[in-house]
Amino acid sequence: MNELPIPREIPLPQPAPEPVLVGVLIVFFLMHIVFVNLMVGGALLTLWYQLRGLKEKRYDDLAYAIASTITVNKSIAVVLGVGPLLAINTLYTVYFYSANALTGIFWISVIPLVTLAFLLTYLHKYLWRQMEPFKELHIGIAVVVCILFLFIPLIFLTNINLMLFPEHWDRVKGFFSALALPNVLPRYAHFILACPAMTGLLMVWLFRRKERRNSTVAGFKRDDLVRMGYRWAFWPTSVQFLVGPVVLMTLPRTQEVSHAAMAVFGIATVVALAMAHLMFTEIRRAGEAIGRSFGAICMMMLTVVALMGTGRHLYREAAVAPHRELVRAKTEQYMQAVDEARQQSARDQQSGGEAK
Amino acid sequence: MDFPLFHLDLLGNRWLIAIIAITHVLINHGLAVGMMPLIAAMEWYGHRSQDARWDRLAYRILFVCFLITTTIGALTGVGIWFSVSLVNPYSIASLIRVFFWAWFAEWLVFITEVCLILAYTLTWKNWSTRGGKWKVRHIRLGFALALFSWITMAIIVAILGFMMDPGNWLTDHSFWIGVMNPLYLPQLAFRTPLAAAMAGIIAMFLVLFYTQRGDAFRYDALRAVSLWTLAFAPLVIIAGWWYYTSVPGAMKENLGVSLGTLEFADWQERFLQIAAATVITILLVVQFAIFRPKLLPRIALVIPFLSILWMTGHFERVREFIRKPYIIGRYMYANGIRVDDYALLQRDGVLKYATYSNPLSEAELAGIPDGLSEPERSAHLRAIQQGKDVFMITCSRCHSGHGSNSISGHLQRMFGDQPWTPDLTASYIENMHYAQPYMPPFPGSKAELRLLGRYLEHLQNNKAPIPGAQSVGVVVNRNLSTRTATHDH
Ligand code: HEC
Repeated sequence: MNELPIPREIPLPQPAPEPVLVGVLIVFFLMHIVFVNLMVGGALLTLWYQLRGLKEKRYDDLAYAIASTITVNKSIAVVLGVGPLLAINTLYTVYFYSANALTGIFWISVIPLVTLAFLLTYLHKYLWRQMEPFKELHIGIAVVVCILFLFIPLIFLTNINLMLFPEHWDRVKGFFSALALPNVLPRYAHFILACPAMTGLLMVWLFRRKERRNSTVAGFKRDDLVRMGYRWAFWPTSVQFLVGPVVLMTLPRTQEVSHAAMAVFGIATVVALAMAHLMFTEIRRAGEAIGRSFGAICMMMLTVVALMGTGRHLYREAAVAPHRELVRAKTEQYMQAVDEARQQSARDQQSGGEAK
Repeated sequence: MDFPLFHLDLLGNRWLIAIIAITHVLINHGLAVGMMPLIAAMEWYGHRSQDARWDRLAYRILFVCFLITTTIGALTGVGIWFSVSLVNPYSIASLIRVFFWAWFAEWLVFITEVCLILAYTLTWKNWSTRGGKWKVRHIRLGFALALFSWITMAIIVAILGFMMDPGNWLTDHSFWIGVMNPLYLPQLAFRTPLAAAMAGIIAMFLVLFYTQRGDAFRYDALRAVSLWTLAFAPLVIIAGWWYYTSVPGAMKENLGVSLGTLEFADWQERFLQIAAATVITILLVVQFAIFRPKLLPRIALVIPFLSILWMTGHFERVREFIRKPYIIGRYMYANGIRVDDYALLQRDGVLKYATYSNPLSEAELAGIPDGLSEPERSAHLRAIQQGKDVFMITCSRCHSGHGSNSISGHLQRMFGDQPWTPDLTASYIENMHYAQPYMPPFPGSKAELRLLGRYLEHLQNNKAPIPGAQSVGVVVNRNLSTRTATHDH
């Protein structure tokens, strides 16, 4: 076993120069993933505050304020995912489709699972007041939404990971065996931790402005809300400094180490450290002053995310490059054989016709 | 098809796509493309006549559309991609290579559409209370949303039209040639009034739901929506006629077999009947709603709605049907094999160029004849394994083993309980594209025809469902691959 498959490519040219497609993939994928983070993190924080709201009513109101953001974030998350899907379809055709087929049932179940999660999210939000008397049921819905939102990214991660390793394809028998490949779970942890962190920043953004009184939640002071947001951003981000290296170490070796990728990850880590430091400073700021560095923190977060995305792309390229060469050669060989066979059959037909 | 083969033996691969696609079309046409202009018109009318009841009704209808289109609607849209790329990766990958920019533009329009529907729904209450200029602005937002919904559909129709008839694209592989194919305008002209009429019927249903019996407004609203529906119904017929008179030209090139024309005549007659019946029921119900609104029961609206569904379904079928046996007209067959590849594959066999083999599950091994010696048994197994691979590569995109459109069902009907020997089946398969113009010619070699026959014979004695790569994985064909030390770890 463990035979390396070398399939043929689609014999049609790429629709655009590769850098353009790569640009589409990286830029829009990052936008997509930020909104996915906000959606998943929003669901988790909603549940958390709703549970606290059982004892203290004001937390229930806070939960509602966060739940209200999911409606928009989830729609944008989905719609922004389509462009990167197009780009990955063309850039990694052989890899992406093969991974999809090998985990097919789970892959296609993304559709009903996301639909269900969205419908339940609406139910949870729009019947908030009506379900006041049935609190357990209402929280039960939030629990189901969280489970769905936690599981769906795992399907995507498994696929995106599987596609990089054609040498494992003949050992994979369905989703769970693909899940067991190294690196899936650390990457998953890395992703999940980013969700409350991003949502924490969203909280800061929501409650930061002083002038708009209606932008706070009854029973909370503005700076309390902002500080809570920063805590959500800071603590998971700190844990990333442990999880991140594990992700890097469990990445399978590429044939040639991509120094560029490593350098990019290194710079990203340094920026992230500075960002975490600034978050911590903000948490300790008092009253009016808190929130002053929000703009800087957001810029740093965007930089980190962009660098991580770039590093990941460089690694991915390094991982598939040698195999891609083999595929290219194989396709060329095949197309030559096709041409040759067509000429032969045309000749045969001609001579057959003459014989008659 | 040089991918691991995803396969659903009970449901059938095509049903997976069909269920998702039809749901999407219904929601897209009925609740977005047709409904958004109607809602915006209602809001506009309410504003002009300063009657808040129209506004309330329009908002309620919009809210229903919002809930459904941003969940089931959006996800089935993505689902079409997911399912087609599972079942037929070669075709969708080829289409994306050609239509990347069309899809990209369509995506930008789609982003706009989603932002607009979010804005339109979520600002309704706020902007309405601000009144005056803001309300006018909100109404404009509604019409912009309607326009973008329609543009989304217009782009998609171009791609669908291309799949049926690539026109001159085959000689000149360019994007615009693909878009401007001969079925484009008639198809778009048909779908537009169809969507509007569908939305009208659904809106009438919702009016009954959201207003009280005896309320005078209920009857005003019913009448207004009826007039909307009435305006579009004749256009459905006219554009339908245009569409179907354009089809034969496109189809002739694909089939050119008298049987196909016969089937088409059948479809055509059916289409006419259904379309006439639909429009008549719409007209009847609408007359009722206009002149006797008090007597209109909810159940009466179900009838035109169902007949529209039926017509849409029948209409969508033609797409499948015209392009058979191709998945991309005259470029690629529905088995995922390019027309140009045939000369090579029929000479050397499909197995020679197949990267993957589809392992037999335990259950699939049952039914092997008893009393074979060990070498005989392993030779037999090898033949069945190869036959299965031939089946998976050449038939499984359209047929299941024992589920929907199953090969065993067809053979049972044709040959009954007599043994399905390779002699019996191979000669049919060799000519199957003449017998059934839906099917592409057999792409493999003569020897593979026999192997396929051996496998079909096995299927007579083994009723286990055929598993796909998603459950049993793949085996990499050894003769094709090169083992590289660097990739073993
Ligand atoms: C393009 C999709 C497609 C492919 C590929 C395909 N078929 Fe079919 N086949 C059909 C359709 C559609 C029908 C008609 C079903 C019906 O009428 O109910 C059919 C019918 C049949 C029938 C019954 C014919 C009859 O006269 O009633 C047999 C037998 C059959 N196929 C065998 C095969 C075999 C063997 C292969 C592979 C070598 C194959 N088909 C490949 C689509 C396909």
